[in-house]
Formats: sequence, C-alpha cells, structure tokens
Amino acid sequence: MIIHSIFFYFFSIIAIFSSLMVITSRSTINSVFFLILDFISVGCLFIMVGAEFLGMILLIVYVGAVAVLFLFVVMMLNVAEQKQSWFIGKKSTHIPTGLIVSVLILLELLVVVGGWKYKKDVMSSSNLILSETSNTHQLGLVMYTDYILYFQLAGIVLLLAMIGAILLTFRERVGVKKQSYINQISRNPETAVKLMEVKSNQGVKIDD
Amino acid sequence: MIEIGLGHYLSLGAIIFFLGVIGIFLNRKNVIVILMSIELILLAVNINLISFSIFSGDIVGQIFTMLILTVAAAEAAIGLAIIVVYYRNRGSIRVEDIHGMKG
Repeated sequence: MIIHSIFFYFFSIIAIFSSLMVITSRSTINSVFFLILDFISVGCLFIMVGAEFLGMILLIVYVGAVAVLFLFVVMMLNVAEQKQSWFIGKKSTHIPTGLIVSVLILLELLVVVGGWKYKKDVMSSSNLILSETSNTHQLGLVMYTDYILYFQLAGIVLLLAMIGAILLTFRERVGVKKQSYINQISRNPETAVKLMEVKSNQGVKIDD
Repeated sequence: MIEIGLGHYLSLGAIIFFLGVIGIFLNRKNVIVILMSIELILLAVNINLISFSIFSGDIVGQIFTMLILTVAAAEAAIGLAIIVVYYRNRGSIRVEDIHGMKG
C-alpha cells in the first residue's frame, strides 16, 4: 500500500512537472522532449494501476510514433533557427535537456521493473480489478465481441487520417524523372527498334 | 494522503487538463506547441477514463481510452500535415503570423 503511494507520487510529480515544462519551455524541441517524458510517466502510471495493455500502447504508439512525428516536424520546419533569431544572443543547446529527460526516463523504467516484482503488494491497495485473466485478455474479450463496430470505425478513422496526411503534403515536382506505365506498356517494336544499314568505316548518326 | 484512491488519479487528470488548456491560451510562439497542448488534454481524459475503469471494475472504460488514442493519433497526423503545408506556403508558423482568416 505504501509502495503504491510512493509510485503514484513519483510518477505523477514527474508527469505534472513535464507537462508544465511542455507549455513553458522556450524551445519547441525541448517541449517535444518533455512531452515524451510526460507520456512515459503516465504510461508507467497506467501499468502500475493495472491497465497494462493501455500503458504499453501509450509507450509504443505515443512515444514511438506520435512524439517522434512531432520531433520530425519540428526538425523539418526549421523552427529552432527561427527561435534563435527571436532571442538573439541565447545560444540554445539541447544537450542538457536531452540528458535530463533521458536520465529521468531511465530512472522511471528501473522503478517500473522493480515494481513489477512487488505487483501483488501494489495492486491490493483497494478494490482494483483482480482476476485470473490478464488485462489484455479481458480487453480483447470485450473489444472483439461487443465493441467490434467501434474497433472497425477506429480503423477507418486511421485510414482516413493516413489518406488525408498524404494528400495534404503531396506535391507534384517538376523536373523529376518518374516511371510512366502508360508509355512503357504502349511501346511496340515498330516504333522502338530501327534497323539501319551501316556502311563500313562510317559511323551511324543517331538522332536523339 | 497515503492511501491512493480514485480522487488522486482524478486530481492528476484535472491538473494535466488544466495545464493543457493554459498551454493553448498562453502560447504565442508556434502552432506545434498548441498541438502538444491538445495531446496533453487528451492524455488527461485518458487518465480519467482509465482510473474510473479500474476503480469501478468495468473494463469498458479502457476500450473508450483506446478509441481516444486512435483519434488523438489521427488528429496529430492531420494537424502536423496541415502545419507542414502551411509552412511550405507561408514560411512561418508563428501564431501572430497566422491571420489569413482575420479571426
């Protein structure tokens, strides 16, 4: 019970601190770092309270995909350089923030691995879901039967998001050689091959 | 104080939600931070749903959390694509520079 309290305060203080840093950080890339730290803290909190599957999904999908997408866009849009021109004289280096965030993440992962060993002590603090089947099993039993329609609608939402993102950022470039299937298929030997009479000691002039 | 109950988790969710809303209003730098504040708000909603689901013993709340995760991922992808297109056209994503609709 005391372990549950210690873990809760540890992770929630880090989560609140990092979400405060997300909105007050001067550099955008530091905001993304603290967003990652926030997601990891809340994911550890979910794992600790018993929603293991969603905690892992938060770690994998959010930290692995969404936050890295943010990071890509921040780096691609050259926001950091813009920032330096606004705050002249402040040479911003991201190394200290990155070090702080990664050390905190390492600490959290160590704490979660340690807490897994004492899971029974942690979980028995109140009327938490305690059953024989695992959290993932329970979730699957409900999601693929009663909520299958919502599951498939979520898939459609993701598909539409993918199509929309590709359609928005797609642009036709001029001067780039691309494969043209129509031209490839519609070739025939009459137009593709030209037979010429080559005289000895004289070259052939090819018009191209 | 020592015994962690539903109230503690709801308070955490409320604080993170509040910070997200504050981030939207206070932010004058660029639009990416506003998108990150929206992510914080959705995270707070997820905390609320999961803590209710765990403490009332009903697994359905976690399914709604999964749907919120899906929608949040889709929203982040579309929003970042819009930001990339806007930056390509205008060369800036500062909040002050975006006044094309005179809002």
